[in-house]
Amino acid sequence: MKQYNLNHLRELESESIFIMREVAAQFERPALLFSGGKDSIVMVHLAKKAFWPAKIPFPLFHIDTGHNFEETMIFRDELVAELGVQLIVGSVQESIDKGRVTEETGYNASRNLLQTVTLLDAIEEHKIDAAIGGGRRDEEKARAKERFFSHRDEFGQWDPKNQRPELWNIFNGRRHVGEHFRVFPLSNWTEMDIWQYIYLENINIPSLYFTHKRKVFKRDGVWLAAYPFMKRKPGEEVIIKRIRCRTIGDISCTGLSESSAENLEEIIQEIAATRVTERGSRSDDKRSESAMEDRKKEGYF
Amino acid sequence: MTEEKFSTKAYLGMDLLRFTTAGSVDDGKSTLIGRLLYDSKSIFEDQLEAVRLASIRKGNEHINLALLTDGLRAEREQGITIDVAYRYFATPKRKFIIADTPGHVQYTRNMVTGASTANAAIILIDARNGVTEQSYRHSYIASLLQIPHLIFCVNKMDLVDYNEDVFEEIKHQVSAFASKMAVKDIRFVPISALMGDNVVEQSKNMPWYGGGTLRYILENIHVGSDWNHIDPRFPVQYVIRPQSEKYHDYRGYAGRIVGGVFRKGDKVMILPSGFVTTIKSIDDIDGGVEEAFPPMSITIRLEDDLDISRGDMIVREDNVPEISQDIDVMMCWMSEKPLNTGTKYYLKHTTQDVRCLVKEIKYKVDVNTLNRISDGKELKMNEIARVSLRTTKPLFFDPYRRNRNTGSLILIDEGTNNTVGGGMIV
Repeated sequence: MKQYNLNHLRELESESIFIMREVAAQFERPALLFSGGKDSIVMVHLAKKAFWPAKIPFPLFHIDTGHNFEETMIFRDELVAELGVQLIVGSVQESIDKGRVTEETGYNASRNLLQTVTLLDAIEEHKIDAAIGGGRRDEEKARAKERFFSHRDEFGQWDPKNQRPELWNIFNGRRHVGEHFRVFPLSNWTEMDIWQYIYLENINIPSLYFTHKRKVFKRDGVWLAAYPFMKRKPGEEVIIKRIRCRTIGDISCTGLSESSAENLEEIIQEIAATRVTERGSRSDDKRSESAMEDRKKEGYF
Repeated sequence: MTEEKFSTKAYLGMDLLRFTTAGSVDDGKSTLIGRLLYDSKSIFEDQLEAVRLASIRKGNEHINLALLTDGLRAEREQGITIDVAYRYFATPKRKFIIADTPGHVQYTRNMVTGASTANAAIILIDARNGVTEQSYRHSYIASLLQIPHLIFCVNKMDLVDYNEDVFEEIKHQVSAFASKMAVKDIRFVPISALMGDNVVEQSKNMPWYGGGTLRYILENIHVGSDWNHIDPRFPVQYVIRPQSEKYHDYRGYAGRIVGGVFRKGDKVMILPSGFVTTIKSIDDIDGGVEEAFPPMSITIRLEDDLDISRGDMIVREDNVPEISQDIDVMMCWMSEKPLNTGTKYYLKHTTQDVRCLVKEIKYKVDVNTLNRISDGKELKMNEIARVSLRTTKPLFFDPYRRNRNTGSLILIDEGTNNTVGGGMIV
């Protein structure tokens, strides 16, 4: 008898495409959160597949901290042009100018936390009822508790102790006016799955992921990019190193790894051998044991 | 240290096994999961370091691996698991997703949630305590949800001197109970999660055990046959109309195949209209496929222009599902507000959204003994009962035991929009 088996990546792909289509069917104004990082790029690829030959039926949605790598912004604009979709931008700088948030000060100042206010304001302004995010359950222990369809109340809050049960492949997106959902199509993917899929599908990613020379300085054992807005402590010297990004986020909290990986095969070998999680170099998670849970409850990604 | 070179080819060839673990805190569930993850190098140094520091802060003597799986602050504070957590690991043979579910009685709803997508369930039994009410409950829920493979791990064998008689006695008791349930494949493994016996490495302490280790079993369970490949079922999820010049007349029906095999040229019937037509093509972005099977997400185009929308189902003319507005289900209740006869709910089934009326609660099942009980008119949280529903529109369904996708439904409270019940069609 003929064997009808899908390998695990194709099964994950099919699951994610199902989720994308479910969002388009159940929500009126969804938007796909796009950071320029590999996970959001894979999401865009899956959304393309889900609706082909039609265009992706929702806009990309970028929360711009103003502290992005230039490469990320160029990549974003080229992708939006290629897809022919709308781009919604929520600007943290505008939130600061309007007095909605106050810029952190000190050496570890970051705009990462401020993003939550900008994100929720933009969701309200554009009446977005489903924000599709690239969060994966393998990333972090609070994320491991996330549903595919994750309810947010009218304040954008997540109530992790009282989540809707999610049974079989039936997703409940029912909501009251003012509430919204975060939807995570990549819930079941691991970091390795993402890289293998990028390789398998030949997906274009920003050059930041490959080895390059950059001005960096070291803090708490992590290499950070040297930019004028990154205040350095005495003794934190700027040097030039061959590094690459394992994750891409806001410059202020993106740890860079020393690497000579020039192509996807080499990145995959590097990931296979690494003994540290990808968020291990994200300073935003190091603030406390419950840093992610606390941020998520307030409405973070 | 020599690292084997990672093989992308092998990685792409792996399939996926989803399994759930049931057991209480004291059964050593976290230790077992910790060991499976640790031995497959899925716990990273920074995670282990964080857990080590937290263990010291809390005054634990050993590294407390439960801190790794308990993701919420309240869980860590109370030392209990509240909600399903998902864990991932891979061996050279297979990729695994663990739905780690709490074992306390008040959290049955989470067990059902974790079990609903699982191919296999691991049920932990403490060798010192033998079979308990909780073991019966976990087995019953696993069988009710039609998890195809059930693995009983008799844990803490080190604390009973690796005694074969203890293992055999538990095996005997479970088998007697299991004969009342509908599970196709039951295995037993004597283990010590703490010492590592028969988890990844064959135990030298139990030469009398001739079976495989837990990991060997997990790696070799045949999952391809867990899908229904007999009854073609395609719930229409979304209609694709590009409205572009190049694809001016394109009309595709997007969805995920949940049963049988569909081929280009197949004669198919559309429900509820009953129109018969032919599959013109099965499309995807990479040029389409000749045939498609579960769980593929694809787009079907038909020879005739018909009025088809979300909630319709494409099936074969000679193999149609049941079509009815009167449906009996085994209902697991998940809300603090009990289910009452005469109440109306939203109902979701495949891609259909309807409303329903609860006509009758026929009997409840005591999940510890499997006995039927008839008491009263309401179904409380974590109880399971056979319930009759009447829907506003006909559903297209198969019995749950024949197809977990076309046989399952959820109820949603009309006021709160919360998911309050999970039903398996009888």
